[in-house]
Amino acid sequence: MPIEVEIITGRTIDQGKTVEEKLTEEYFKAVSYCELNEEDFRSLGLKEGDRVKIKTEFGEVVVFAKVGSVPKGVVFIPIGPYANQITSDDTDGTGMPLFKGVKGVVERTEENVKSIKEILGVE
Amino acid sequence: MENVVCTFCGSVCDDGVFEDGDVRKLCALGKSKFSKKERIKAPMIDGKEVSYEEAIEKAAEILVEAKRPLLYGWASTVNEAIRLGVLIAEKVGGIYDQCASVCHAPGTLALIEEGVPGGTLGSVKNRADVVIFWGANPVEAHPRHPTRYSVMAKGLLIKDRKNRKVVVIDVRETKTAKLADIFVQIKPGYDYAIISALRAIVKGEKIEADEVGGVPVEKLYELAELMMNAKYGVIFYGLGVTQSRGRDRNVENAIKLVQQLNRKTRWVIWPMRGHYNVVGAGEVPAWEVGYQFAIDFSRGYPRFSPAEFTAVEALVRRDCDAALIIASDPAAHFPRKAVEHLKKIPVIQIDPHPNLTTLLSNVVIPSAIAGLEAEGSVYRMDGIVLRVKKLVETEYWSDVQILEKMYEEVVKKVG
Repeated sequence: MPIEVEIITGRTIDQGKTVEEKLTEEYFKAVSYCELNEEDFRSLGLKEGDRVKIKTEFGEVVVFAKVGSVPKGVVFIPIGPYANQITSDDTDGTGMPLFKGVKGVVERTEENVKSIKEILGVE
Repeated sequence: MENVVCTFCGSVCDDGVFEDGDVRKLCALGKSKFSKKERIKAPMIDGKEVSYEEAIEKAAEILVEAKRPLLYGWASTVNEAIRLGVLIAEKVGGIYDQCASVCHAPGTLALIEEGVPGGTLGSVKNRADVVIFWGANPVEAHPRHPTRYSVMAKGLLIKDRKNRKVVVIDVRETKTAKLADIFVQIKPGYDYAIISALRAIVKGEKIEADEVGGVPVEKLYELAELMMNAKYGVIFYGLGVTQSRGRDRNVENAIKLVQQLNRKTRWVIWPMRGHYNVVGAGEVPAWEVGYQFAIDFSRGYPRFSPAEFTAVEALVRRDCDAALIIASDPAAHFPRKAVEHLKKIPVIQIDPHPNLTTLLSNVVIPSAIAGLEAEGSVYRMDGIVLRVKKLVETEYWSDVQILEKMYEEVVKKVG
């Protein structure tokens, strides 16, 4: 069963270390996952290495799922092309998209995580 | 070479040691900055290798022919290059915008309304007995900030970690939260309400609720008490404040809280700026044309409007018909719909490294890495100007060389 969540994005040390090497496997690993609360992770029937599909009104994306130190009902994704499939493009007149706090749903999926080129639509 | 200046994050550490192609003393991010990695090999037009001159001429042609080109990025290059970028934007009647518009520009909007009670990182290191990180996670984004300035730093008046109270306010228990004396976990999007509650308490009013934004009021009273009793306090705010519900209004409210605290004691507030010269990307256009970001020159004079002339707004509304992207990667960091338009227009990229924007670009111009292969001046996050050094020789042109030539070509075409 899908669960309703609030999605936040942010930097991580691995994202930072690989940010100037975006076409490498290391960068792909650093940005193509999300962190869920342990309880949410279990209620979705997930185990390490499983994938989830996250949908918001702005789009959807498949990423790997991990347990992280986030509260129940919150999903964290490192900033980057995967997060930006589902972030809000509405800036409320400020120029700043809502990168943190978009509402969405998460469910377990068998679909594969796309490559960065597939995400960008250039392959 | 000693006292090497790091060109990764806004802390701009100036104590690196560079030897035999390797850097010491810097953090994991700094080390990655100076490490060998894939480069854009040569200037290219539509995937075909060309000379620098040919690529720059083609770029100038695209910019001059466009009705309203977007010139975006600028946070990871030197002030001298940014200045040329502003001049080119003016000549071609384009839009100048920079990475802060998806980062700390809401803080600039707040500053326009309220001013900013600020201080340097040096004053924090020497004086601050209470340090609050609000929606900021320096352990992962500015790894040496805590040791050099804000947590373990030994200063003139604050000589030891135990003389300093560190508070982290965040929606999740970050690695920085683990360094804190007090961690206040809040509900996402409730920063504004919590700041308002703190303002009310500092003013002497009573909060008629059990909790605000997921925080029990007793904890807010304790926090307000700690703030009022500080000798020199600082709020370092991060993107948790500027990228969530409330955006600029969150910062504005926090500045008002600091103004109130300044009637009783001394407090400052400062953004944790991300890229090493994102401050310069705002300061340079401010001293050239009066504004920090979202500047349109299509009428021949500068106009400022974040609702229209920020990169995301211009792209989502398809208001630009070409783009020059320098020292930045919007294809990775903008919402999907903005990237969709970037894919449809001619794009010129100037960058040392291939990234997602490279994959969309028609003209790609590789550049020297500032701080390693090129010198120049940059603003540290607290507005202190530092000179970054050239440590090694390179065949690559610097951003300044590329933009000087591009300006020359643009002038030839538009007069």
